[in-house]
Amino acid sequence: MSKPLQPVIVGAGPAGIRAAERVVRAGLRPIVLDEGQRAGGQIYRRPLIEDGRSYRSRYGSEAGKAQRLHQAFEALLPDIDYRPETLVWNISAPERGNQLDILSSGVHRQIGFSQLILCTGATDRVLPFPGWTTPGVYTLGASQTALKAQGCTIGDRVVFMGSGPLLYLVAWQYMKAGARVEAVLDTAPVTSKRYLLSLAAHAPRIVALGLFYGLQLQLAGVKIRYGVRPEAVLGTSQVEGLRYRRRTLTGEAVESIACDALAYGFALRPETQLADLAGCRFRFDARDRVWLPERDALGRTSRSDVYVAGDGSGIAGADAAEISGELAAAALLEDTGRALADAAGLVAAREAILRQRDILEQAFPFPDDWFETVPDETTLCRCEEITIAEGRRAIASGSITEINRLKALSRVGMGRCQGRMCSAAATELLSGACATSAGEVGRLRAQAPVKPIPLGFGGRVEAEVRS
Amino acid sequence: MSRRISVDVAIIGGGLVGSSAALAMRKAGLSVVLLDKGYCGAQASGVNYGGVRRQGRSPEQLPLSQRAHRLWPQLKAMIGIDAEYVRSGHLKLARTEKDFAKLEAYAEAVRDYGLGLELVAGSALADRFPWLSAKAVGASLCPDDGHANPRLVAPAFARAAERAGVTVLEQTPVREVTATGNGFAILAGDGIEIRCRQLVNSAGAWSDRFAAQFGEAVPLTRIYPSMVVTEPLPLRLPVSMGEQGGSFYGRQVARGNYVMGGGRGLPLTNADYSRPSVTAASSVMQRAIALFPHLADAQVIRFWSGTEAEMPDGNPVIGPSETTSGLFHAFGFCGAGFQTAPAVGEVLSELVTDGRTTTPIQAFSIGRFRKVAVETAASL
Ligand SMILES: Cc1cc2nc3c(=O)[nH]c(=O)nc-3n(C[C@H](O)[C@H](O)[C@H](O)COP(=O)(O)OP(=O)(O)OC[C@H]3O[C@@H](n4cnc5c(N)ncnc54)[C@H](O)[C@@H]3O)c2cc1C
Ligand SMILES: Cc1cc2nc3c(=O)[nH]c(=O)nc-3n(C[C@H](O)[C@H](O)[C@H](O)COP(=O)(O)OP(=O)(O)OC[C@H]3O[C@@H](n4cnc5c(N)ncnc54)[C@H](O)[C@@H]3O)c2cc1C
Repeated sequence: MSKPLQPVIVGAGPAGIRAAERVVRAGLRPIVLDEGQRAGGQIYRRPLIEDGRSYRSRYGSEAGKAQRLHQAFEALLPDIDYRPETLVWNISAPERGNQLDILSSGVHRQIGFSQLILCTGATDRVLPFPGWTTPGVYTLGASQTALKAQGCTIGDRVVFMGSGPLLYLVAWQYMKAGARVEAVLDTAPVTSKRYLLSLAAHAPRIVALGLFYGLQLQLAGVKIRYGVRPEAVLGTSQVEGLRYRRRTLTGEAVESIACDALAYGFALRPETQLADLAGCRFRFDARDRVWLPERDALGRTSRSDVYVAGDGSGIAGADAAEISGELAAAALLEDTGRALADAAGLVAAREAILRQRDILEQAFPFPDDWFETVPDETTLCRCEEITIAEGRRAIASGSITEINRLKALSRVGMGRCQGRMCSAAATELLSGACATSAGEVGRLRAQAPVKPIPLGFGGRVEAEVRS
Repeated sequence: MSRRISVDVAIIGGGLVGSSAALAMRKAGLSVVLLDKGYCGAQASGVNYGGVRRQGRSPEQLPLSQRAHRLWPQLKAMIGIDAEYVRSGHLKLARTEKDFAKLEAYAEAVRDYGLGLELVAGSALADRFPWLSAKAVGASLCPDDGHANPRLVAPAFARAAERAGVTVLEQTPVREVTATGNGFAILAGDGIEIRCRQLVNSAGAWSDRFAAQFGEAVPLTRIYPSMVVTEPLPLRLPVSMGEQGGSFYGRQVARGNYVMGGGRGLPLTNADYSRPSVTAASSVMQRAIALFPHLADAQVIRFWSGTEAEMPDGNPVIGPSETTSGLFHAFGFCGAGFQTAPAVGEVLSELVTDGRTTTPIQAFSIGRFRKVAVETAASL
């Protein structure tokens, strides 16, 4: 006798919501687990307390999509087992059965799944620079989260620095919210923006929006600089400004800018620990310089009962996340004997977005000289308080060529974040020192718990059996 | 790619045992190659709890353990780092009268070995250890036991051996070993051929394979101790703690993290690998709070486990092969080989150079399992 299907979806962002919708349409009742207090994920993050702001003011050009997604989710509620504020912190090894360890309201539970769709999204990719641990320095995503979820800004006079499309978007959102944006400091050279021309043919809306943000910022007197390399955060107990170097036509210039908050980011990095614990095979993605779970066009992994979708399966943005959520659910349904409605259109749409992403990456390139230019005294791993110099010394003295070995010998990635924040930098430092690609140095093995859990979580393990 | 190496001694396994043996043998003037299938110190020796503890060991192990005890404070001179070694004291708690009686009996049994055990019971417990909030009947303190950082020790032994002139080959699995009559021929890695007069089998939980190959099958099983570590917290726990019965042990490292263990992890399909078990980790976490209520709000940041060899009588195998001259075994440390390993290295070096050692190791002979096998066969 076969057991009833109990599909579990982790993550209630665009990918998870669309996956749930498709599964429900097929007559199943999925469990949807999300760490956040409200569904919506990163881009369509909702306020914790309604503050009277309209969709338009909160989500700008994406207001329509946000509203549609939120409404779709509300409509699903009677048909799903939705558990917000629920952290999935472990997945049993494949040979030990299909079990998730979850923590909600301080209680630890184990729940079984017949299939699992991981829609765990992404976080900012962090590259350290001198002074990045000074109070008042935020990641780009965090500065946006403050705005969307808490309805506040990180400061009154804010500088935005880094690379990636979010840079201009968030700066613009801050300006609209009434903060004074002092500057947008783009680490990419201005010449890389020429790729936007070729993008215009494929995705005119994205390019138009980008130009619009840039133009409005400039009209408002916001300083925009290209080819920037941060040199030092000014101020010790609080950000007072940033000193940076930038490429000019004639050479290099060193400039300083005053501010009371600094937001920075270098695109995003996917959350893949759960896929790793589930035993999915990984492959290296050269464009995003990161290891990703292997997936087919629909989101099937190397494990027959685990699917991945959204940014957690490869950064592709919210629209692609919605599509891939639906695709992963479709694959699950097909694999469990239900008919696969024609997915070709969705696959094609997602692939078109992936091609646009390739161009966007060229327009917002990764600063690949980072590993050689970052000064020794910069903090590399803030959990474990390890400097770049210590990282470099460990690599040299231990002839290290593998990232887990670097972790063992230097403690990088051994702290609270378990490498979620510092591994991008540690990987670049190591592969740079070895003069190989980031893929050559391997990937940090995930360990439970994927995020810190309280020692006194109640201890009692409540196994859930579905009636 | 092929390479030929000819040395006096080849050592299979660059854990703490193999690495310290390599260093000691090199210092004794031998030419040595040290081989590891992964990285030196990346298995049990690099991922263990870090207890440098004599208390609780079987009396047969104490001479070896005492020898190691004299070596630990000399790490800096031997390998260039002190590896966070501290003689914090090792406090073993008894939850019941019965357990306390066991601690008393143990203290009596090992009186002559010089561990300096101090038994504390009743209200004296709280006077002596005011930070201890657990309900315990009594405890036994070994003041000079302590702990160290395993991540650092074994790799540093291997590096020191390399600096002293040992050829260290990492990422080089030993694939084949054959006795040639006056030594051994080894095939390792991608086409590396090694000739040596003497061979040390210190391949940890993988040693049984090499022993069996020379007609010395051993009842080795693999164990996977399960560990839990918290975020760094203010320093408060001054000793390394254990419990009679072993269901909980814990220490606070220099950085402030509580490193705690108890119970077993679970092997995966490929038994070389394991996962910490959530059941074991949860019970350690509960026990930790019972002992230290101030930890209730602390965060656990990681679980881990490692692979170690266990023998049925709880003692390791150390000594010459009984079938093959020039072959020496050193494995099966039963979750407790970290402390003794530096001495095991010296013992192996003595065996290889002189054919005998100043430390009694009769109890660890590999032949004890042959006898067991023969007796069982006879009684059938
Ligand atoms: C801070 C931030 C801001 C962004 N802002 C924008 C923007 O303005 N515009 C834009 O185009 N793109 C933005 N992005 C990119 C955006 O994340 C994606 O395009 C889109 O949200 C991806 O959807 P998703 O469903 O894959 O993941 P997400 O929206 O990230 O949703 C993932 C969900 O999974 C949950 N989750 C993850 N791990 C666990 C776990 N272990 N247990 C339980 N739940 C878990 C998370 O809480 C989250 O709700 C942003 C990204 C970040 C990180
Ligand atoms: C989680 C845990 C906690 C522990 N806690 C403590 C403690 O607190 N105190 C204590 O004293 N002990 C403790 N122990 C036990 C202790 O770690 C071991 O007894 C000790 O490290 C054994 O050392 P070793 O050199 O024999 O083995 P290992 O360190 O395992 O080394 C064996 C080496 O052999 C290599 N190898 C295997 N096969 C081959 C091959 N074919 N070719 C080449 N190389 C090969 C392996 O890669 C490995 O590096 C613990 C063990 C674990 C796992």
